Amino acid sequence: MNKKVMAILVPVVSVLIALAISTVIILLIGKNPIDAYGALIKGSFGSKQAIADTVIKTTPLILTGLAVGFGFRAGVFNIGAEGQMVMGALIAATFASNFGSLPPLLAIPLTILIAMSVGAGYAAIAGFLKAKTGAHEVVTTIMLNWIATYFASYMVTGPLKVGSGTPKSPEISDSCQLPVLMKVGAIEMSAGIIIAIIAAIFMYILLNKTTTGYEVKAVGFNPYAAEYGGISVGKNIVLAMAISGALAGLAGATELMGVHHRFLGELSGGKGFDGISIALIGQNNPIGIIFAAFLIGALRTGSNEMQFIGVPKHMVMIIQGIVIFLVAADRIVRTIMIRKRVEK
Amino acid sequence: MRVLEAIFLVFINPLFYKITLTAATPLIFASLGGVYSEITGVVNIALEGIMLLGAFTSVVFTWLTGNVWIGVFMAVVSGVALAWFHAWGSIKWAGNQVVLGTALILIAQGITGFLMEPIFGKPGQTDFVGKVEELRIPGLADIPFLGKIIGETSPFVYMAFAAVAFSWWLIYKTKLGLRMRSVGENPEAADTLGINVYGIRYFGVLMSGVWAGLAGAYLSVGEVGHFRELMSGGRGFIALAAMILGNYNPVGAMLASLLFGASSAFANQMQSSSLIHVSATVKPLFDMIPFILTIIVVAGFVGKSHVPKADGVPYEKEA
Amino acid sequence: MYAVEMVNIVKRFPGVLANDHVTVRVKKGEIHAIVGENGAGKSTLMNQLYGLYHPDEGEIFINGEKVVIRGPKDAIKLGIGMVHQHFMLVDTLTVAENVVLGSEPVKGLNFDMKKARQEVKELSEKYGLFVDVDAKIEDIPVGMQQRVEIIKTLYRGANIIILDEPTAVLTPQEVEELFEIMRKLKNDGKTILFISHKLHEVMEISNRITVMRLGKVTGELETSKTNPKEIARHMVGRDVVLRVSKEPHEPKDVIFEIKDLVVKDNRGLTAVNDVSFNVRKGEIVGIAGVAGNGQTELVEAITGLRKIESGHIYFEGKEVAGFTPRQLRELGMSHIPEDRLKHGLIEEFEAYYNIILGQHYRNPFANGAFLNHNNIFKYSEDLMEEFDVRPRKIDHLGGNFSGGNQQKLVVGREIRTNPKFLVVAQPTRGLDVGAIEFIHKQILKMRSLDVGILLISMELEEIFSLSDRILVMYEGEIMGEVKPEETTIEEVGLMMTGHRIEEARRG
Repeated sequence: MNKKVMAILVPVVSVLIALAISTVIILLIGKNPIDAYGALIKGSFGSKQAIADTVIKTTPLILTGLAVGFGFRAGVFNIGAEGQMVMGALIAATFASNFGSLPPLLAIPLTILIAMSVGAGYAAIAGFLKAKTGAHEVVTTIMLNWIATYFASYMVTGPLKVGSGTPKSPEISDSCQLPVLMKVGAIEMSAGIIIAIIAAIFMYILLNKTTTGYEVKAVGFNPYAAEYGGISVGKNIVLAMAISGALAGLAGATELMGVHHRFLGELSGGKGFDGISIALIGQNNPIGIIFAAFLIGALRTGSNEMQFIGVPKHMVMIIQGIVIFLVAADRIVRTIMIRKRVEK
Repeated sequence: MRVLEAIFLVFINPLFYKITLTAATPLIFASLGGVYSEITGVVNIALEGIMLLGAFTSVVFTWLTGNVWIGVFMAVVSGVALAWFHAWGSIKWAGNQVVLGTALILIAQGITGFLMEPIFGKPGQTDFVGKVEELRIPGLADIPFLGKIIGETSPFVYMAFAAVAFSWWLIYKTKLGLRMRSVGENPEAADTLGINVYGIRYFGVLMSGVWAGLAGAYLSVGEVGHFRELMSGGRGFIALAAMILGNYNPVGAMLASLLFGASSAFANQMQSSSLIHVSATVKPLFDMIPFILTIIVVAGFVGKSHVPKADGVPYEKEA
Repeated sequence: MYAVEMVNIVKRFPGVLANDHVTVRVKKGEIHAIVGENGAGKSTLMNQLYGLYHPDEGEIFINGEKVVIRGPKDAIKLGIGMVHQHFMLVDTLTVAENVVLGSEPVKGLNFDMKKARQEVKELSEKYGLFVDVDAKIEDIPVGMQQRVEIIKTLYRGANIIILDEPTAVLTPQEVEELFEIMRKLKNDGKTILFISHKLHEVMEISNRITVMRLGKVTGELETSKTNPKEIARHMVGRDVVLRVSKEPHEPKDVIFEIKDLVVKDNRGLTAVNDVSFNVRKGEIVGIAGVAGNGQTELVEAITGLRKIESGHIYFEGKEVAGFTPRQLRELGMSHIPEDRLKHGLIEEFEAYYNIILGQHYRNPFANGAFLNHNNIFKYSEDLMEEFDVRPRKIDHLGGNFSGGNQQKLVVGREIRTNPKFLVVAQPTRGLDVGAIEFIHKQILKMRSLDVGILLISMELEEIFSLSDRILVMYEGEIMGEVKPEETTIEEVGLMMTGHRIEEARRG
């Protein structure tokens, strides 16, 4: 079978298998899967509002998916998108509440730049440690995630705290908020989705058309050959992590500037981890990642509706987990597909 | 000066050492799990998920049967079950072991969260279901200072140290251990001598399920008596760091776990020190300590420990 | 009475017929050589005898009885032992542990280390196979590792011993020792299958010979009734020129020089110790030596892949120690690496991306930050044409070419940069005669264009036929310098085992 067709079919079939398994799980807890999936679709596409909500949820997922996917292409597994997103948004929020005097044309790029730089710098720590000492980025980025979480929790319960109730930072200045593209009822859809799509195009060009892309890919595939070819392995590992972190920081920026307008705990809410499934489903391809993010965004949006009829929204996590498992051990899916063809 | 005095007081308090041991216990179990899996050549970052599932399962079965030990046993069963999936994906299907581990963590988080409402009727946290009582060892408990540390503590603490001794013997003194180490270094060589590479790797991974399952049981019914979503809280990864720092050796992993345990015990005791007033807002900064320590350790020691040569590399027989 | 009969064996791999109705009969108590070029199917055949592969067709008889060998376990039970070309040893375990692995003596529940050591010692003494039972494999020399492999087969009671290219890693003197051991084993009644492509060795040690070519048996010969020429004809299907002809060529100025170079290996031990030499334009300097005597580290230090401890490296008289690989390439140094899969190629990259590796950031392949794909494709097509890389597809992935074509890709890439100085390490390892000839011609062409060439090879044949001067390396030191026309294989062999040139001359 054609390799490119396979690359698309494997994740698609994996999603179908995951849905089949979750159907069984829904039956096991005594619910009707048709009702559950009906609610899921209604929640994500059932109304203009639902669709707008799905797009809003998709936006940061495209960016974290690109972050993780870019890392994979460069041979690093960035599980730290979550922490990079948190740190980017947190630091940007700290500055952006004082940008009231700046015009939006300046304030918006500046806030984005802060979030991306912080994300890049935070990820670069793991890249640097990998390049210098060989510390595996999976372990270090996960530790950095926890550190980011606790640091953010300290900041919003301490120095940045405003009001009572849920710990949160002050609202960012109006001039830092992303323009609203569309307003559906109470839901405001910001220009974040455009930023995400631009980022996908940027990643495509970077990976396929530039010498930087050539070098990070070479290091990811075979660091020995890369070094032999005059490519600095250490520099490119740090660079790859930094670019990946910048994309995660950008995800933090769009959430901060387009959705919440302040920093609060739920801002990241596992979106960095979702980036892993999205990158894998999208096969680390920018276009694939947009579709995958849309899929996961829809599942996340619809799962709230599903929860109303008694199917916990954790179902989505299980589906994602199964999909990642099957894409990682893709020979399972390939074998199933080959068998099916033989039977025919 | 008050800070130095507070630190001094922490170190002469037997409670600090007792907490060190109890904080180290789940790390010892889980890092042993890492050792079993990785010396046979399978990277297992799923420990975090196995612990979480073990914690949940032990609470469910303790609640159902009223017997904590049945709960503990079922935690082991669930750990082995999840580990089996890891073994199946990485050994039989030669999947990417790190990504498979990530998937299993997500599945464990999903399943435990998903089942909270259908079983306990509410999300987030269960009620108290019962916990393993502390064991008082007569005689030992009466020794001053030492008695306060190990004379009366959770049976899991004793089990952890027994597990280390057992594992050391198994890995370094038996023929099974010799085979485990050979399979993780050079599976091809082992194969040419008629050793069942896949079988040994399955054994290593499933045993990691046993130990990580026990680690999970300790977190819930061993320590607090209830289950809370995501209660493993990154300790599976700290255990991996302990395994690396411990040079993939059960005794080394234990010592490294004790170091991590001491760091959380220290953070814990400093926060409650009456000499320095630590406000609630600063508490998260103390919680960061074990994670920062882990990064330092991993970065500082990873090049110095001997990683099994075939660790993370699927073994594929030709034709 | 035949100890081993393999009848009409057929083994297919995807796209390759590795064994095509191969029949081999080995008499009890003889040394039977199986010769053929790389890729002739010798190892595949032996792996089936040892149960690592399973024949698609054909039958195997051991001592006259038909058997099915499902795995090494069955082979061991039938008294078959195999010493693989790449040693199958666990580096971190001791010699004794490696020998008993898989059939360990036990005492109660425990592994009986004492008994293991005892038994290994006894075997070692009985056959004169000296080993240090308590040393870890990673700490002992290659020759001893090979003896451990032989003891492994004896420990399992092997009567039929397969030795797959056992001499590839040995010095001429160590080869003699190995032959001594083989004779002793034969006198003890063991049957030995000796895989080789070195004809003079086969002539010396074997009783009978089976010749293979392209998966088929092309000749069965009695050693006493044949000669190397006849074997070679069966091997390659035509008369072979055993040496390429080399035009005389007058070397020019010194292009490259190292002085008092000290380099450490990955474990922090000194691998290159106080080495000095130079290379002139239009000259090939060959470095001979057994693998693992510092050649790899020397090459890495010269090409900027490994940092040096002390000493100097001069390129056109300019100090270049500490330069990065990129800086050295820009000065005009090229490097054909010893391990094409590790350093030479990126298997996941298309041919065209592999072809520009090292120059990917320069005109005409890049304009500033962007790659110029039109130029990359054009250049790649030309290069693949010139160096006859097949299949001629520029978007074929590096890993999907055959070994010979991968090497042509690498050689072409490095030569096409018009270097002033070329480092060539093990350029023909694992290639067939056709590809070897092609690559040797390319190297000689560079010499005629006044390129300075440093050739590192474990194949003495190659060193002798290409080099203008030969340096012999042993344990990180240069034992001496000789000219190929003024020396003998024996003299170089002695130097390879640690005798300085003066001692070697004395004999």
